[in-house]
Amino acid sequence: MTETNSDTLLISMQGISKVFPGVQALTNVDFSLKYGEIHALMGGNGAGKSTLIKVLTGVEHPDSGHIFLAGKEVHVRSPQHAQSLGISTVYQEVNLCPNLTVAENILIGRAPMRLGSIDWKKLNAQAQEIMNRVLGMEIDVTVMLGSYSVAIQQMVAIVRALEIGNAKVLILDEPTSSLSRRETEQLFEVMRRLKSEGVGIIFITHFLDQVYEITDRITIIRNGGLVGTFETASMTRLELITKMIGKTIIELEDLSRIKANISKHISGDLVLETQDLGQSGQVEPISLTLHAGEVLGLAGLVGAGRTETVGLIFGLETPDSGEMSVAGKKVRHFSPLDSIKRGLALLPEDRKAAGIVDELTVRENIVLALQAGQGWFKYINLAKQYEIAEKYMKLLEIATPSADQQVKNLSGGNQQKVILARWLATNPRVLILDEPTRGIDVGTKAEIQKLVLLLADEGKACIFISSELEEVLRTSHRIAVMSDHRKIAEFSGDTSEHEIMRVMAGE
Amino acid sequence: MSKEHKSVNLRKITESKLFFPLLTLAIILLMDLIIIPNFFAIQVRDGNLYGSLIDILRNASPVMILAIGMTLVIATGGVDLSVGAVMAIAASVAAIMMNPVIIGLELPPDLMKFINDPYFTYSPLWQVITVTLIVTTICGLWNGLLVAYIRIQPMVATLILMIAGRGIAQLITNGVRIQIFYEPYAFLGQGWIILPFSLYLVAILYTTTWLFTRRTAIGLFIESVGINFRSSFYSGINEKRIKMLVYAFSGFCAGLAGLVASSNIKTSDAHNIGIGLELDAILAVIIGGTLMSGGRFSLLASLIGAVVIQAITTSMYAVGVPAFALQAIKGVFVIIMILLYSEQARNFVRKLSAPKGA
Repeated sequence: MTETNSDTLLISMQGISKVFPGVQALTNVDFSLKYGEIHALMGGNGAGKSTLIKVLTGVEHPDSGHIFLAGKEVHVRSPQHAQSLGISTVYQEVNLCPNLTVAENILIGRAPMRLGSIDWKKLNAQAQEIMNRVLGMEIDVTVMLGSYSVAIQQMVAIVRALEIGNAKVLILDEPTSSLSRRETEQLFEVMRRLKSEGVGIIFITHFLDQVYEITDRITIIRNGGLVGTFETASMTRLELITKMIGKTIIELEDLSRIKANISKHISGDLVLETQDLGQSGQVEPISLTLHAGEVLGLAGLVGAGRTETVGLIFGLETPDSGEMSVAGKKVRHFSPLDSIKRGLALLPEDRKAAGIVDELTVRENIVLALQAGQGWFKYINLAKQYEIAEKYMKLLEIATPSADQQVKNLSGGNQQKVILARWLATNPRVLILDEPTRGIDVGTKAEIQKLVLLLADEGKACIFISSELEEVLRTSHRIAVMSDHRKIAEFSGDTSEHEIMRVMAGE
Repeated sequence: MSKEHKSVNLRKITESKLFFPLLTLAIILLMDLIIIPNFFAIQVRDGNLYGSLIDILRNASPVMILAIGMTLVIATGGVDLSVGAVMAIAASVAAIMMNPVIIGLELPPDLMKFINDPYFTYSPLWQVITVTLIVTTICGLWNGLLVAYIRIQPMVATLILMIAGRGIAQLITNGVRIQIFYEPYAFLGQGWIILPFSLYLVAILYTTTWLFTRRTAIGLFIESVGINFRSSFYSGINEKRIKMLVYAFSGFCAGLAGLVASSNIKTSDAHNIGIGLELDAILAVIIGGTLMSGGRFSLLASLIGAVVIQAITTSMYAVGVPAFALQAIKGVFVIIMILLYSEQARNFVRKLSAPKGA
């Protein structure tokens, strides 16, 4: 067996090109993966990372180029075929059935049978054993997958990918974007173990820390073309970022200067105020204030109740205690439509399920909320729609061939920008951003942070939610810390990361 | 250069929503042309046009009317199984208003002698039509209520009225099949102004619906709700109200179709009016390329879909297929059409029409 020989290549992709209608997605890209290697695939949004992975996993077929697996040329026909070749993938968004149990999700299609029907006892025991062995996690596998957090669902997806394909190649597409620090550590442990067993892992992430922590080599793609493959240890962060985005990013000092400038003229106008606003079981009564030109950060761990809180403010649910006023007026009717009319906007955390309408065009997605606010009959005519769409495509640098492109053909970061455009088009008073930078490359991340500050400078009030403390600190004038569905502390924006973490830890 | 330009145009045509429905229709008519010599003959009598093609359009009108309402329902990701039964309700309401004597309502003696007069009606025609359409719109609102507010799955929710509807229709007429003598009413389904009058109804309904959906935001909201109702809700679209609207409108269309159908046979036949037409309407929408899962829709493509179905039926009769075998033949056509719509077939056509050397 040559499988343990790390000199030969596990995967070699040569000269891969792929054209989509109107877009050259990949141009002559080479990629290789050694046995027992963790290889980072990096690039900005829409660089072509996902397309390269889709070609490797048989979702898309390359227009030209060759793929060699363990030295033999293969034509990957379909994801099933890829799996039978030992190439397994865990995608950014969990592709499992939330209405089946964890055990069913892991063993579906390979369930142990007895007398012609599924042996449930055995199925559950097997699944439990696999979860323990691979992750060292004690979770009830007989519970619906959907009732677990996204983090756990992600873990289950990884376990399934490992178990089902007997994977030689494991592709992890943004697996850590919704995991907590501890869960990420757990995942890394699993990755290291697999690596020592000779499995090749392709790791796609936007977290630079993690790239340096775990990967051996880095391949960088930009605008569908190969920039190069590098040893991780021999590359500085600045080099990496510069190569990824092809220009120097907005300097972080620049951001803090903007922030300081704005905070000088935060007006005294109270834009939004909640008093003991709550919904039993979801949000403990919470009191917040927000002034014009101010960015309020909401910090806390995943599941701390931040998303539920802003959902309540935006009227996704009706509160059963407390009250809220916007621009001095007491709010009586809670619904997204009413919120739009009073100048609120919410960029939701779950971009795919609650953000984009994927089969509609970029233009239609951008005008959606504005049109909803105007009602059924005050139709925004087509010329005006294009004008609005083009304006925001330019302003936010949305990479799309035209305003008539279906949003599902855009990369994740650009989809996020489209939703941002949708809300900016309504010219809101209060902009609520729930994890706006999740799954987005460094360059766009900094762009969005800067944009938030610039919007505040124009006098808009923002609520900014992020799991990255650093980011919250960089953008916020005030920070409310949440834990267990309640506000536990409030800081001014010049506090330290350490201070907030101490409060979060309950010290 | 000119060649490239041409193939780009060709591509535009094959990508159009109308391409496949029209292609299907063309294939059926082509077969008719070969098999039936006089199929395309059109005669002029008293200034009106008659012929097989005209018959196809006239007989297709109830399904066309239903398909317009059904398109919007399916675009939201729902389905309305009750339209056939609602047609029967419409027929009963209309008949009872023109001829209430049958349920024992005492007419003034001086009116009794007019009861068989073809120009007698108890309620004036405009009242008959208005009340009927209001009743069937309420039927649609009921469906909408179940789907939007009580969150019953559309197929189950509308199944209720599908089953109960014919019973209600019979209750209205006390279980009696009412003859309709009133001549002006017959004009709805049988009248002719150069072309059959029912086609003008279809044209008016289509035009207003098109304006109503595409010159307001309603069309966009319907599609948005059908594609992703959660994102739509987050964007401030009142998804419940959109659903109420489309089901109510589907009820309205079913009412109109019921008027045309009962005027065609001059009776309120609760057992037979609109029987199985809900499935024809759904099929018409599918042939028109709207996905059952909701989203993008084309009203015109659905109309062509309705004509396709009727063209199959008429052609089969014309070549002498007995009525009892018709459903089986129809099934074969449906299979062929669905295959034609598959991703593989589409890719094949796309390849044929793609610019060479790209």
